[in-house]
Amino acid sequence: MGWIRESIESVKSMKIRESLFQIISLGMIVSSAFMIWKGLMCITGSESPVVVVLSESMEPGFQRGDILFLHMSKDPIRAGEIVVFNVKGRDIPIVHRVIEVHEHQRTDEVDILTKGDNNDVNDRMLYAQGQFWLKQQHIMGRAVGFLPYAGWATIIMTEKPIIKYVLIGLLGLLVITSKD
Amino acid sequence: MCAIASLSDNLNTPSPAAEIQILNINWFQKQPHGNDEVSLTLNITADLQSLFTWNTKQLFIFVAAEYDTPKNALNQVSLWDAIIPAKEFAKFSIHTSNKYRFIDQGHNLRGKEFNLTLHWHVMPKTGKMFADKIVMSGYRLPEEYR
Repeated sequence: MGWIRESIESVKSMKIRESLFQIISLGMIVSSAFMIWKGLMCITGSESPVVVVLSESMEPGFQRGDILFLHMSKDPIRAGEIVVFNVKGRDIPIVHRVIEVHEHQRTDEVDILTKGDNNDVNDRMLYAQGQFWLKQQHIMGRAVGFLPYAGWATIIMTEKPIIKYVLIGLLGLLVITSKD
Repeated sequence: MCAIASLSDNLNTPSPAAEIQILNINWFQKQPHGNDEVSLTLNITADLQSLFTWNTKQLFIFVAAEYDTPKNALNQVSLWDAIIPAKEFAKFSIHTSNKYRFIDQGHNLRGKEFNLTLHWHVMPKTGKMFADKIVMSGYRLPEEYR
């Protein structure tokens, strides 16, 4: 039991200044992560600059757990590009390839049709009811780069939230107990 | 390391070659709701071996018909695509009808001149994806439905 008393005493003997410092350094870690995210948003012009592939619809090019880097530029969308799009009534954006583009005269409006490389049919079934084409406003960005496997951590953490809390707890402990 | 692997792709200067012939117009008609649709038989010959580097996972290639109409400044309709998993499959010649439907937004396809474009998208093992194309022009659809 001696070591418990010892550690309680060591906690008691901690100075307020020291613990404040630790809280601030924890805050710095959180805020710099946030800054990196916001900075990426700024650079890429896409509201979600990095996405994790969740489905098998683009296999074998992209597998579950791969990370894609997105970029939203003013360049018009062209057939063959891999775009991330939102469909009304669906929470999760979809990453598929553009197979058809019809760009209207005069107005810059564009009709886009997509398909997953690993799917047999185009995406009309996935679009909202009665929607035949994607428009510019549905597109969140186009994929420009690719990092394999790096997204598995997020998939595991969203599907098994307990692991997330254990990890956060461990990190917190590490920050509090570390002496500089 | 991933960045270096990706950067090394820039050292490769590929020299791809391709040729596409339209062997037959299988049928050509106006759909009940007014859009033109055509079915083609194509012969696609290509040598894309030089696109492969040690950081290449696969090539995604597709053939698109590209044309303009009074309604649309640009139409790109993908007719056929394939995934090339390795360098030894990158030199090929294939005889195929269009895998995806060639439908116009409207009825502008009679006598229409169009390009056939072979696009390729290099999917890397890691890093930056890149894409390019070969445009082949001078194709024309028949003046009458058949």
